[in-house]
Amino acid sequence: MDLLQTIVAHYNHWIIIFLMVSGLYIVVARGNMIKKLVGLGLFQTSVYLLYLSPGKILGGTPPILSPQFSVYSNPLPHVLILTAIVVGVATLALGLALVVRINEAFGTIEEDEIFAGEEDE
Amino acid sequence: MRLDVIFRVTAKIIIPFALVFALYVQFHGDFGPGGGFQAGVVAAAMVIFYAIIFGLEAAQKVFPPRLVELMVPAGIAIFAGVGVISMLLGENYLNYSPFAANPALGQEYGIILVEIGVLVTVSGTMVAIFYSFVGRGR
Amino acid sequence: MALLTLLATITIGIIRLRNLFAVVVLGGIYSFLMASVMIVLDAVDVAMTEASVGAGISTVLMLATLYLTKTQETVPAHTPLLPLFVAVATGLVLVFGTFALPPFGAADTPVNLNVAPYYLENSIRDTLVPNVVTSVLASYRGFDTLGEVAVVFTAGIAVLMLLKGKRNMKPGPKRRRVR
Repeated sequence: MDLLQTIVAHYNHWIIIFLMVSGLYIVVARGNMIKKLVGLGLFQTSVYLLYLSPGKILGGTPPILSPQFSVYSNPLPHVLILTAIVVGVATLALGLALVVRINEAFGTIEEDEIFAGEEDE
Repeated sequence: MRLDVIFRVTAKIIIPFALVFALYVQFHGDFGPGGGFQAGVVAAAMVIFYAIIFGLEAAQKVFPPRLVELMVPAGIAIFAGVGVISMLLGENYLNYSPFAANPALGQEYGIILVEIGVLVTVSGTMVAIFYSFVGRGR
Repeated sequence: MALLTLLATITIGIIRLRNLFAVVVLGGIYSFLMASVMIVLDAVDVAMTEASVGAGISTVLMLATLYLTKTQETVPAHTPLLPLFVAVATGLVLVFGTFALPPFGAADTPVNLNVAPYYLENSIRDTLVPNVVTSVLASYRGFDTLGEVAVVFTAGIAVLMLLKGKRNMKPGPKRRRVR
């Protein structure tokens, strides 16, 4: 019973950690630049969840005020993450633009092949 | 190319309603979920949808690239300009209280103005990024 | 909880697949699931943004990039054992840290006690706006939002600078050798 309570209380944290660690793994282990950007996206979305989940109050409603409700979830993380998502897609676009330019300059988007091409000089 | 009639008809039905939905999200953001960021992204997504179905030229005829690129700095100018106006009216930067006789009402007007600035910059940036990616491919 | 498990499953798929096209489509599914989780967490504004941005715009941009580059990932030359070890070790340390965190959904945590009740109580009085997210975004923390918009603006300008110019068609020495 105690174990079950612990699992329910921390399941969201563990999933967040799993997402974060897999993002980290993709960024470190994979040489393909688009895959790396997807991994960065995973890492980023795990941080969104990390911010949002402590703000949730069991039994609360979304923070839109109305006389019928009295318990609201915390609005502050929502504001921070809302702007972070839009900024995230803008920076993702910047990264993709860099990938396109790298592909035009080197003819590849694999890190290993770019390094091999550099060493041949 | 003419075989995709289902896409074309569906797009023509969906796009006007989705653009009106973007405006709803924008101006109803005070009372329900929504705001400048979401409305900007929805509007930009509709432009991108139009460009995917009908081709880049058709989309650029409706939303010329010059206009889109002008929207990128225009929105942030609106946002910062609202702050400067509030300073000229004798308050702190981005304090919208003097916009109306009732300070709370002034705050609401200020929020609406600022959200318009956010809408313009976000939608302009997204469409400009999409245009430059697609324009690169030809 | 089921949604979170689905998220983890899709993540495993993203890690294992080498076809980038499939990875991008899975990323879109991941974003929609993330939006559903956000609705469960009461963050309706954020869920709306994530559904349109994460699943819409970023998927389209990724596909455009795939069109401009290539869609198959090569097998990396070196073994992934060291990154795997680093990732697992980091994860274990973080999991150990979670046992000191307050349980999910508690109302009396420091996060929910400091500034948030002020916003919830005074939003109507100060701004007449019932959606607290909007009033905090545009009024209480307007300067913060101005900075975020400036970041979007800067990123947009940088992308235009990188991609708008005429394509340099002179094949440099590097370009020819790699091909």
